[in-house]
Amino acid sequence: MQIDVKENVEELTKKDFVSDQAVRWCPGCGDYMILAMMQKTFARMNHRKEDFLSISGIGCSSRITYYLDTFGFHSIHGRAIAVATGAKLANPQQNVWVFTGDGDCMAIGGNHFIHTCRRNVDLNIIIFNNKIYGMTKGQSSPTTPVGTKTKTAPEGSYEQPFNIGEVAIGAGASFFARVPDNDPKLLEEVMMQAYLHKGTSVIEVLQNCVIFTDGIHEAITSRDTKDDNQLRLEHGKPMIFGKELDKGIRINGMKLAKTDLDENRDEVIIHDQTEMETQLHIALANLQLPDHPVAMGIIRQVIRPSYGEVVHQAIEAERKNSEFKSLKDLFLSGSTWDIN
Amino acid sequence: MNMRKVVVRFSGDSGDGMQLTGDMFSQSSGFAGNDLTTIPDFPAEIRAPQGSIGGVSSFQIQIGGTEIYTPGDTVDVLVVMNPAALAANLKFLKPGGTIIADSDEFNKKNLNKADYDSNPLDDNSLDEYHLIQAPASSLTKEALKDLGLETKATVRSKNMFTLGLVLYMFSRPLDNTIQFIERKFYKKPILVKANKLAIEAGYNFGESTEAFSRAIVIPPAKLPKGTYRNIDGNTAAAWGLLAAAESAGKKLSLCSYPITPASEILHELSARKDMGAIVFQAEDEIAAVCAAIGAAFSGNLSVTTTSGPGLSLKSEALGLAVIAELPLVVVNVQRAGPSTGLPTKTEQSDLYQALYGRHGDSPMVVIAASSPDDCFYYAYEAARLAIEHVTPVILLTDTYLASGTSPWRLPENGDLKKINVPKFKGDPADWKPFLRQPEFLNRYWMSPGDKGFEHRNGGLEKKEITGNLTYEPQNHENMTKIRAEKIERIAKRIPQLSITGAPKGKLLLVGWGSTYGAINTAVTDMLEDGEKEIGFTHFNYINPLPDNCEEVFSKFDRILVCELNNGQFVNYLRSKIPQFEYLQYNKIQGQPFFISEIKAQIINILSN
Repeated sequence: MQIDVKENVEELTKKDFVSDQAVRWCPGCGDYMILAMMQKTFARMNHRKEDFLSISGIGCSSRITYYLDTFGFHSIHGRAIAVATGAKLANPQQNVWVFTGDGDCMAIGGNHFIHTCRRNVDLNIIIFNNKIYGMTKGQSSPTTPVGTKTKTAPEGSYEQPFNIGEVAIGAGASFFARVPDNDPKLLEEVMMQAYLHKGTSVIEVLQNCVIFTDGIHEAITSRDTKDDNQLRLEHGKPMIFGKELDKGIRINGMKLAKTDLDENRDEVIIHDQTEMETQLHIALANLQLPDHPVAMGIIRQVIRPSYGEVVHQAIEAERKNSEFKSLKDLFLSGSTWDIN
Repeated sequence: MNMRKVVVRFSGDSGDGMQLTGDMFSQSSGFAGNDLTTIPDFPAEIRAPQGSIGGVSSFQIQIGGTEIYTPGDTVDVLVVMNPAALAANLKFLKPGGTIIADSDEFNKKNLNKADYDSNPLDDNSLDEYHLIQAPASSLTKEALKDLGLETKATVRSKNMFTLGLVLYMFSRPLDNTIQFIERKFYKKPILVKANKLAIEAGYNFGESTEAFSRAIVIPPAKLPKGTYRNIDGNTAAAWGLLAAAESAGKKLSLCSYPITPASEILHELSARKDMGAIVFQAEDEIAAVCAAIGAAFSGNLSVTTTSGPGLSLKSEALGLAVIAELPLVVVNVQRAGPSTGLPTKTEQSDLYQALYGRHGDSPMVVIAASSPDDCFYYAYEAARLAIEHVTPVILLTDTYLASGTSPWRLPENGDLKKINVPKFKGDPADWKPFLRQPEFLNRYWMSPGDKGFEHRNGGLEKKEITGNLTYEPQNHENMTKIRAEKIERIAKRIPQLSITGAPKGKLLLVGWGSTYGAINTAVTDMLEDGEKEIGFTHFNYINPLPDNCEEVFSKFDRILVCELNNGQFVNYLRSKIPQFEYLQYNKIQGQPFFISEIKAQIINILSN
């Protein structure tokens, strides 16, 4: 689905968003696809070029700000979302994108992440999830699966990982989508929907690190297995998957379960990304191999006021209603006296 | 009876309204043309047990027919609303001073709570003082009996009775105070009536008893012409930032996390949406400073406020603000540390942290305010330097300035230097992100919305001028030196040191920040007493230092640096201007200097 939202702004192309800096990710890194689709999607958005703002933290993912020809700020480890919050509030005209990774966002930046989801700041957050610290050379991250061998867990990681969707939706995110890094079409579609969504949009990209966790998403993303192992969600459509489109998702007792369409076709759930209740969205985010396919696409998109709207409306209302029309009025309020 | 200076201390239970009483007396003093300085002293607990010594809340004010710079060392008139207030405050009263006590409250129950075995109002233990017993509770009840108020509301008005009594004592007309009450309670006419009656009852009590043989008159002080109001340091800082935003034509963004004693700046600006303030209460100190950096990159006058422990949490991000060369104002309201320390008490011990508390070579502008009212000007000045030099600036105030008040002369046209935003006016093709203005080496401040000026900034080292990333060894050295030189050159934009007292002589006193009042008063008193060879110089600009320090220091035989920490500024001077020998006087008790303490130091040094 190609959405056209451009009006009253100059025509831009992908090239307008390519900076003059050489891209320095490892050959074969999943980040290249994210960069390409971001540049392509930026050109389709209804914003003037000078109103784009890209903000990143620290890690491989965060180098992306140097490659995007927009206003950009490469901040410090874990804090991109905090910087972006201040920026968006300061100037609501800006179209703000945050680029972060599983270590940057879910470990050192975890506090900012949950509070931003809670507040519903109008930010678009792309989390490059390669389930490892890449730039610092291979330590466990908060999303590293149990058993994965890392520099800090040579016998296999032993910590329970975060599921990013579960944390985001649990913290109040109004938009959450998941995309594999080898699906440009879905990536572009989800980026565009995130742009159109007013509030915190979280996109988890299952991104492959060719050095430290090469193939970690392969069971989900490879050509041979993806149809059976991905549940492609579409709003208003039944949750059907499998090479032969012969399997579906239904509710069984207290949880979601896989079922054969032949047996339980009527029980297959219709996806409603706009449902305010979070339970089934979280259950969808939590579906895992090998028992279940992994949910892809937009899991949740609900409408609630964004933080910036609330703040700026309050400012407008106070400006209108206040007895003080100028600083001088304020200074003269209460008791003053004159000395002549 | 004419007096030059008087110190009054209002003291009662937390619920007795002593802060409001003190505030109203301050205003009445302002109307009378007196100069003044006030300081509150209230319990750390929000609701300490009623009637207990721990629950005593006090308000001290010094008023004068001359310039007043401190709330006073010792008290002339002590107003106590219950036995606990007397027990907690008698130690501040001068020998022969006056006590005004609500005798109704000196009952058995309250005396027990304050650990009195017998009633001090009856047992002659207060013989060395002038004791005025005023049955405030019962007389207020009597005065308000026809209003049909609940007993609780009636009892609450007794602070106005004491205010009326004190106003009589100082020969003050009631009309200004009554107008204030009419404004404050305009929504509740019954309270206007009640407070008015209580004040009049107190005033009449003063007139009809023979307690005061002579009313006291404090003549007006000679202050510069203008319109004045009383202001505390935190409100003054908040307003100074608003004024700076207006002058620069920028929106004001404040991103902060609550912390004592800085929270009132956050509160005031949260209430100033009507002036367009964009306020973000962050989830932590780090988020606060990072959001402020985001707002600065986006082109707003951007501020974060905090106190010592919060400044520590912000220090990594301040390194980012330094290398990214963004205008950012950090207001650090110092308290006694380290760690939680004495969180409600004053100290000047974050100076090292402000100067050096970051990783890497990361110099920042550091300035300090010296009175509650001049927090307005130094907040404005911090914003001016940050914007015009495109650099982070730390403003140091402290608990003493934050909660104390002093009369503030409202700025008139021309009082505030216009703030000019360094925007690149030419073609974007001729501009680079780290192109510098040659005289002061500042970058230009281009932000989202500036067409054609899209650029990347951040924490990695940048190539000179272009701002592109580079690991070139010589470039890092050059950039480090440019960042330092940029701060040093600000010395040309700040006022020089001046000397109070002798232009040269035996002893120069040196202070910085909030100790101005105590040191200045001590030196001025001694000069008036005939001392001729002492001078005083005060620092509001810490980094860079004013460029005439050496000249000033060289005119005196000895230099004494007084500060409320273990010697941070004196060591800074030793490292920056090492050719002089510095004596030091340090007080580290969570309390401001007493004037008497400074005088004792002066006498001690001069007699050696």
